[in-house]
Amino acid sequence: MSTEIEKEKTTEKWPTDQGYLYIREDYCKGCGYCIEFCPQEVLEESEGFNEKGYHPPEPTAIDKCVNCGFCSIICPDFAIWDEKEGSNE
Amino acid sequence: MTTELKQKEEVKPELTSAEHPATKYLREERLPHIWCSGCGLGSAVTSLTNAYEKLEIPIDDIGVVSGIGCTGRAAGYFETDSYHTTHGRAIPFATGLKLSNPEMNVTVFSGDGDLFAIGGNHFIHAARRNVDMTVICVNNYNFGMTGGQFGPTTPQGATATTSPYGNYEDPFNLPDLAASAGAIYVARWTSVHARRIQQAMEEALSKRGFSFVEILSPCPTGYGRKNDLGEGIDELKSYQDRTVIKHGSDPGDAEIERDPEAEIVVGKFVEDDRPTYCDVADDYLQGQ
Repeated sequence: MSTEIEKEKTTEKWPTDQGYLYIREDYCKGCGYCIEFCPQEVLEESEGFNEKGYHPPEPTAIDKCVNCGFCSIICPDFAIWDEKEGSNE
Repeated sequence: MTTELKQKEEVKPELTSAEHPATKYLREERLPHIWCSGCGLGSAVTSLTNAYEKLEIPIDDIGVVSGIGCTGRAAGYFETDSYHTTHGRAIPFATGLKLSNPEMNVTVFSGDGDLFAIGGNHFIHAARRNVDMTVICVNNYNFGMTGGQFGPTTPQGATATTSPYGNYEDPFNLPDLAASAGAIYVARWTSVHARRIQQAMEEALSKRGFSFVEILSPCPTGYGRKNDLGEGIDELKSYQDRTVIKHGSDPGDAEIERDPEAEIVVGKFVEDDRPTYCDVADDYLQGQ
């Protein structure tokens, strides 16, 4: 029996043109910064609720994402970030 | 059009256990943090971890010190060497840390109430001595954690729990205070300038001497609610409209007014070089 605890899979990994966009819904507090300040308008507020009762962002135009990483730096809750394909992250 | 729609429908996320890149420097077990929805503290933490990563500072060489308050909680989230000090004493502790371990990259991450109300005296003297450290002050214009009392940075005329008829005191202009006390690097940005904050932090961390970065952050629960500023996002949008970047301008002109239309000057005010406290002490004592 392994003692290693497997981490819970709570992060959504969306494929983009140049890599991936990750959204961790359970950390989101619905401030809307990523939605408002995304330069490509990739995100929209989803209709669903997370466990805290907020509406997390939903990438409705994921094909427009250019992996600029601004959502990752402006998100105060570490709930959204990107990864460029080929980076070491 | 229909093919485009079909293509969009095909994109489906995959579930993983990946974590935000900032969590490399954070204690994951303590997340999610306690800060309110719309608070700018989380993005300030991300900017700082990004700056550490960009400068490739080893995690064992970083010391993060903070005092008491909402911002003071930050030290508890860092997985670097970190210390959550008593109220206002972040800078004296950081000075001790630097003197005992000169190789350490010491960052003070604290709020306006902690650094400039009870800790004001320590701030001016650390700047005067030019102790090699980076002080990051997240300014939310009030004492957020204790319930939104007015403090030394609350703009004149603003309402707070303890100033129901408006604050009639003159606030501190933090970049001016830091520059006149002798800081060698002084910059101010707002939470909406996330990339510029990161850049300023990189510059401040690489400078030898006392560097100061002020971040104007929204506080929708404390200051924003009492002053009809709306949610955090409305405050960020107003920063976007109000701020004017003036690098190298006189920090004395960078006062913040209560009027939601008034201009806020941001940018890098001072970048200078002078011997640090440790250098001067070494030189002087060697001559004895």
